[in-house]
Amino acid sequence: MSSTLTILILLLPFAAFVFNGLLSAKLPHRVAGWIAVGAIGISTILAWKTAAAYFSQSTPYTKQLVFSATWLRFTDTLQVDMGILLDPISVMMLVVITTVSLMVFAYSTSYMLGEKGYVRYFAFLSLFSFSMLGLVAAGNLFQLYMFWELVGVSSYLLIGYYYDKPEAVAAAKKAFIVTRFADFGFLVGILVLSYYTGTFDFITLTNPENPAITSMTGISFMGISVLTWALVLIFMGGAGKSAMFPLHIWLPDAMEGPTPVSALIHAATMVVAGVFLVARMFPVFVFHAPAALAVVAFIGAFTLLFAAVIACTQTDIKRILAFSTMSQIGYMMLALGVSGYASDSLGFTASMFHLFTHAFFKALLFLGAGSVIHALNTNDIRGMGGLRKHQPITHVLFLIACLAIAGIPPFAGFLSKDEILAATLATNTFYFGIATLAAALTAFYMFRLYFTVFWNSERNYEHSPHESPAGMLVPMGILGVGSIAAGLIPFGRFVTSDGQPLKTHLHMPVAIISVTVALVGIGVAWFFYKKQSDVPQKITASIGGLYQTVYRKFYIDELYLFITKRIIFNLIAKPLAWFDRQVIDGFMNFTASATNRISAELKEFQSGQLQKYAYIFLAGVLILVVALLYTGLN
Amino acid sequence: MTLLLALILVPALTALAIVFAGNSKQVKILSAAGMSIQLLQSVYLLYAFLAERSSGNTEPVLFYNRFAWYSSLHISFDIGVDGISVAMIVLTAIVIFTGIFASWEVEEQYKEFFISLIVLATGVFGFFISLDLFVMFLFFELAVIPMYLLIGIWGSGKKEYSAMKLTLMLMAGSALLVVGILGIYFHSNVNGHHSFNILELSGQQFGIDMQRIFFPLTFIGFGVIGALFPFHTWSPDGHSSAPTAVSMLHAGVLMKLGGYGCLKVAIWLMPQAAHELAWIFLILTSISVIYGALGVISQTDLKYINAYSSVSHCGLVLFALLMLNKTATNGAVIQMISHGLMTALFFALIGMLYSRTHTRTVHEMGGLMKVLPFLSVCYVIAGLASLGLPGLSGFVAEMTIFVGAFQHTDWFHRFITIIAISSIVVTAVYILRVVGTLLMGPVKNETYLKFHQATWYEKLATVTLIAGIIIIGIAPLWLSDMIMESLGAILD
Repeated sequence: MSSTLTILILLLPFAAFVFNGLLSAKLPHRVAGWIAVGAIGISTILAWKTAAAYFSQSTPYTKQLVFSATWLRFTDTLQVDMGILLDPISVMMLVVITTVSLMVFAYSTSYMLGEKGYVRYFAFLSLFSFSMLGLVAAGNLFQLYMFWELVGVSSYLLIGYYYDKPEAVAAAKKAFIVTRFADFGFLVGILVLSYYTGTFDFITLTNPENPAITSMTGISFMGISVLTWALVLIFMGGAGKSAMFPLHIWLPDAMEGPTPVSALIHAATMVVAGVFLVARMFPVFVFHAPAALAVVAFIGAFTLLFAAVIACTQTDIKRILAFSTMSQIGYMMLALGVSGYASDSLGFTASMFHLFTHAFFKALLFLGAGSVIHALNTNDIRGMGGLRKHQPITHVLFLIACLAIAGIPPFAGFLSKDEILAATLATNTFYFGIATLAAALTAFYMFRLYFTVFWNSERNYEHSPHESPAGMLVPMGILGVGSIAAGLIPFGRFVTSDGQPLKTHLHMPVAIISVTVALVGIGVAWFFYKKQSDVPQKITASIGGLYQTVYRKFYIDELYLFITKRIIFNLIAKPLAWFDRQVIDGFMNFTASATNRISAELKEFQSGQLQKYAYIFLAGVLILVVALLYTGLN
Repeated sequence: MTLLLALILVPALTALAIVFAGNSKQVKILSAAGMSIQLLQSVYLLYAFLAERSSGNTEPVLFYNRFAWYSSLHISFDIGVDGISVAMIVLTAIVIFTGIFASWEVEEQYKEFFISLIVLATGVFGFFISLDLFVMFLFFELAVIPMYLLIGIWGSGKKEYSAMKLTLMLMAGSALLVVGILGIYFHSNVNGHHSFNILELSGQQFGIDMQRIFFPLTFIGFGVIGALFPFHTWSPDGHSSAPTAVSMLHAGVLMKLGGYGCLKVAIWLMPQAAHELAWIFLILTSISVIYGALGVISQTDLKYINAYSSVSHCGLVLFALLMLNKTATNGAVIQMISHGLMTALFFALIGMLYSRTHTRTVHEMGGLMKVLPFLSVCYVIAGLASLGLPGLSGFVAEMTIFVGAFQHTDWFHRFITIIAISSIVVTAVYILRVVGTLLMGPVKNETYLKFHQATWYEKLATVTLIAGIIIIGIAPLWLSDMIMESLGAILD
């Protein structure tokens, strides 16, 4: 396998970014679009070739560093390399990222047509793809962190693409700051880990027999081993990027970005970086810090249900999908959290499998939503209905994606979700219950969306909605094929925790349960939303307070606002600025003015007036006499 | 050897030549030419230094030379550079070069302005090449004095107050320094006589009692100009009143004299006291870091914002130096360079925006991205460098500092290190807040649409600084290795 070709996977999108970025004012739109699409297109081919070459090797699939160069030396032993690490999960991610990117790039050439910042858009999109590829190919934790920050900033730039819209600016800022806060934990985790192990290198870190790691379990801080601390802190970064509760608040707002951006960054690729991170560090979690892994499972399970409940009440098409994404990532985290190693690692494989299939159908859902928004110019599903007649192709593709995410066989989501459910059932029945309940909710909210938008009664559209152009439909169609075919890949054969093939099979009892609950969910949605009816309103009215709480996303946003505005800004930053000006600087000014005043007083002694000198002289004599008498008497 | 002399001769001669220049055009061309030569020879110095090193020359300082000056007191004009000074010299050359172009629109008493500016730079160059404490102090004062005139005459707002305050506070620092330097001198004994020469002094074993007195004096003395809490209050007023190029030089270079002096005088010559007393100053500097950052949040004036953020970033420099290990100190030096470049860029851009909008209040502006795309993109890049985005210089510096600080395992160091790291979140908050209000959103004012785009000299200044930020951000290894090699002599 040629390493130069692998490097090109990363460098091509970077070159497209630099080219489009530097010439953004002068480049014709069409050229910029084609440069970006061409670059990512070649990357896609190379990624598939790399995957083919990698997986045609004999098992077990090992971690291979195909490229490495020293970037910075911290100490004599601790240094940072820029490298490309190939192993089953990074190769799989390279394929997912390039493929979905290519579809989204191609879709965008039509979707963004006529936008003023077209060239800038493609520059940023290329920057994102480069950063995301660098993240998954990273050979060490530090490199991963660097690209982690770069995807964060690309996300910031793209959410804020419509920078004259205050909501978009606020959403971009929020996304960056919330994930930055999470990265603060991540960074401290990296520092702790690298201090004790003396390395950032993944191959060394994930070696279960590494004595440096084992020794870390012996050192404890507040009763918990420093290794567990480090991993929980690292997971904090992952939870921020993957919008896990309670660091999820940025993702719904991030939907202010252009829809293809949401599809690529906030659905298919960047938000699963947290899952990838845990998977990357998985051997350390599973062998040495089961407590940290339990945290992953718990946060995953909680977010899974939490987001699914909220998704049932939202009315903005993209926000519904955003909460759905959070919920699905919850599945992936949960699966990792309950997984064991080697022959016991069904959860690991299931998580990666779901990440893989989810990328296709969730990207398709977003692009489908984009197609609808393109036609109607609104995001509110209450202003949609009956679109299946106007957008027949979008309708069919959207339905495929809905069936896939709801877990209906033979669509892709069915198989991956089945494995996750089987993995949880084998380890923790409680989590299995949550996962099953969330599966029913998933089917319900997706089909609530589907029936409201494509069935239901027509609205009074200003002009008749039109089907989207082929430039948008073809990439959607390809993702539609992926949403069916991705499930057929024998995933356990390729992607496992230890590189050894894992035998997976359909778990019949689990499958029956999951399909049943999905059908129930769909049935309820069909009953309520297929036709215009006021039953849903009546139900929501009858549980008004509860509904409002869920609709307002459990008031988590308000809580954050309270902490940041009221406490940090009003109670810390403002008093501190006052303190600096009035007390500290006040003291400096006081010193100056006091000096000034004292000197004004003292200069009276040198006034040049003879009478005054005489007075002072007399006063001095008097004092001396008194002093002498006093000391003399003693 | 002539190379180092040229570094002070070229700016001095440029200042002299300006005296005879006719009009403002000639003055500016002379300044630009002089500082271009200065930039070129600084880069050549860097090249020559690296070439010497790679050819195996491991002397602690290169291009060493000694000119007897006042031999009865053993004061001599000793010059020589190590990796740290070379890096600082290149930084200074870049900042003064771009500062000239950022002052291209100065017309009021232009001759005196450019002379003062270049004299100031001369002082800085002299400071970085000298190895004799007396001469070093002389150059230090040479850099500080023109500052008073530059702010008091060409400044804005309450300029007399700011100029006086800045000068008085820095003078108070200098007073401590004089005592500190003389203390070191009189306690030294090199072949039977006292010495000001740093290389000779570094071989001296000063008694711990002496160190306990003179380490704090020199550290605080240099710390005042490095914005050590609570002696930082000259900085917001000084910067906000100073004209653009002076702010650039002051925050970009002059504040670095503090960190450089703390390292090369206080820490190098008095290591035992440094170890013993570091904790006091670590508390002060970690306050600087987080306090400066939190202080920015509620500021509304662009220059105040950048001044407080400089308190935070320069606080991190002193914080890292006090970790007293090679990695953190390396990070401190990179942070000085990185902060120098990006803060110069910030102040240059603030000046350019001010010349168009005539305000520096953030919420009075808005939507500048639409009307001034070039300058706005530069501002975003400066902001991203400031919040430590990988690929830009700030990230390299901060990470090196944090990794270095993490070498200490006791809870005290851990705790303050984590406090310092938390500043990366606060920095993101204030940077994005400014970027969001200032550059994004709808265009605030109709008249903005008539703004002229960035001129060639504005582009030259900003692009030069950005190039520096990106080069260090993408390929930091040569710089970090160059600094690291010099630290062996200082810290071991």
